[in-house]
Amino acid sequence: MLALLHTILLHRSTGKFHYKKEGTYSIGTVGTLDIDCDFIDFTFVRVSSEELDRVIRKAVSEFKDALSNSGSDGMGQISLEFYQKKKSRWPFSDECIPWEVWSIKVNVVNLANEQERQICREKVGEKLGEKVINVVEVINRHEYLPKMPTQSEVDNVFDTSLKDVQPYLYKITYQITDSLGTSVSTTMRRLIKDTLAL
Amino acid sequence: MDSDLSPQDKKDLDKFIKFFALKTVQVIVQARLGEKICTRSSSSPTGSDWFNLAIKDIPEVTHEAKKALAGQLPGIGRSMCVEISLKTSEGDSMELETWCLEMNEKCDKDIKVSYTVYNRLSVLLKSLLAITRVTPAYKLSRKQGHDYVILYRIYFGEVQLSGLGEGFQTVRVGVVGTPVGTVTLSCAYRTNLAFMSNRQFERSAPIMGIIVDHFVDPPCSSQRPTHMGQPCNYRAPDEEDGGTFAGVQDSQEVCTTSFSTSPPSQVGHSPRSFSLSLSLTFDFFSSFHTCFSFHFLFFLFVCFPSCCLFISLSAFTRKVGAFVNKPSTQITAASLDLPFAAFAPREGEPTISDLLVYPVHLDLLHNILKKSDILLMFRPAFSKDDLLPMDLGTFYREFQNPPQLASLSLHISSQSMADDLDSLPEKLRVYEKNIDEFDAFVDMLQ
Repeated sequence: MLALLHTILLHRSTGKFHYKKEGTYSIGTVGTLDIDCDFIDFTFVRVSSEELDRVIRKAVSEFKDALSNSGSDGMGQISLEFYQKKKSRWPFSDECIPWEVWSIKVNVVNLANEQERQICREKVGEKLGEKVINVVEVINRHEYLPKMPTQSEVDNVFDTSLKDVQPYLYKITYQITDSLGTSVSTTMRRLIKDTLAL
Repeated sequence: MDSDLSPQDKKDLDKFIKFFALKTVQVIVQARLGEKICTRSSSSPTGSDWFNLAIKDIPEVTHEAKKALAGQLPGIGRSMCVEISLKTSEGDSMELETWCLEMNEKCDKDIKVSYTVYNRLSVLLKSLLAITRVTPAYKLSRKQGHDYVILYRIYFGEVQLSGLGEGFQTVRVGVVGTPVGTVTLSCAYRTNLAFMSNRQFERSAPIMGIIVDHFVDPPCSSQRPTHMGQPCNYRAPDEEDGGTFAGVQDSQEVCTTSFSTSPPSQVGHSPRSFSLSLSLTFDFFSSFHTCFSFHFLFFLFVCFPSCCLFISLSAFTRKVGAFVNKPSTQITAASLDLPFAAFAPREGEPTISDLLVYPVHLDLLHNILKKSDILLMFRPAFSKDDLLPMDLGTFYREFQNPPQLASLSLHISSQSMADDLDSLPEKLRVYEKNIDEFDAFVDMLQ
């Protein structure tokens, strides 16, 4: 999860904007960090920002716990959505308009022994590599990116809360389907929570 | 084609492509050094971080890249290639992958150079960072050392992929349209990693990763360079402006960090959904046990259809899962980061005595030196530390023969023993006299 989410966010993060008086802005520098997965023989690159990493890890951890609690053969989907805010008149709250949504579907299986786990880990490692290539391929189509905002509108496009980097506004949601096929709608809960937080 | 571009835009575009090429080489070579890369984000622009990415420049790599480019830019029919290969201590070598930076005729006349092209090149560099960790050579490079080393070679001109063997796969990193052509970055990697030789190696001690730089031909050659070319000087010459272009300053150039707040608007799109359909399977009770045997049985073979790279370590098999699913060198060395810089040869070939600082892999180095003109770049683990004033190698050299501790010398220890024996009766008298106090103390503790 972390490998894929961080790979996407690496491409959708810029340095911090510094606006100048003459109507121009400069951009800070994004550092990168190689991360070895703990249980899979795979290395991914993430943005060098501990704050961003904490947020992503927390979301993935919640998703993982939800998957664990759903039963042994549950399925789940975690989505990373990039959106723009559109100002609305009072009393309506700002509208969040998604412009890119990444969804990762996950199946949980039980493995009988260490050998099966080892085979599974290798397959997952290979799959991750494929998916990173897919991500890169899609991103490099350069289909749409929000227009670069003025200083007054930067918070409608970017998440400026981090100290060192500036990703596009994003939210992470997940949905769990347990072994009976019942959908546990955590998505709505999280969406409401995120909207209230805004 | 170029006549539609303003002189300033043309100048900027040339600059962007040039520095993009240099940064591409840095990313690829650094990804094959065998260690994890870490750079810091900075909220304030420094003016020296091209494409707003913190990519450090290894001076020797930049030097070699500039030599290969020799004042030219990657263009239509002129590709810049970085070839990564593997060489064993037995002298077997194998090309692993070739990264190609090319340009085709497809132009995008409407694109804004100073904003859109620059940002897209930045995204392409990020993609390169991600993809260089995915191809099979990455895992091999992380394990390089006593048995094999990873080499790189930069050349300019026609792309040569014949050394990758049959069935090589290609992955496209990305494309960026510009008014003068479309920049394409791709990688062709070998899928058949079976070696002809199959030998057993005694691994004496873990050694640090080595990358050997092969530089084959004088730049501008369109032919494939020969394997045994002339060596470069070991120490890279002082940074010189060898790659000047018309109107482009080299080292004095700062990168573009200022942008206008009113760039041209992008065409709006409805939100795109991408379902990766990963269908990952997880075992939440997994534990990962890894045991290493240091007796190397080094052989590689490829398993189909999953195409796993398999490195066996005698009793225990550690599978290095390489990603493949579907489809002479003239050698240089360089490192100003050399911890043992004092031992580095000043000019010409290195001598064996220079290599004795790492006797554990003398055989490997000796074999490689005998067979080709090669100079080595030592990069011991933790050799470069931003926090400490000295690196591990220098520290080791300086404190290699510390003086013996005084308390450990026999003469002093025997003297103190005699003193102790003499004072023993007096001490016993004192203890017997104060025995009640000691008993009370012990009771208090209980």
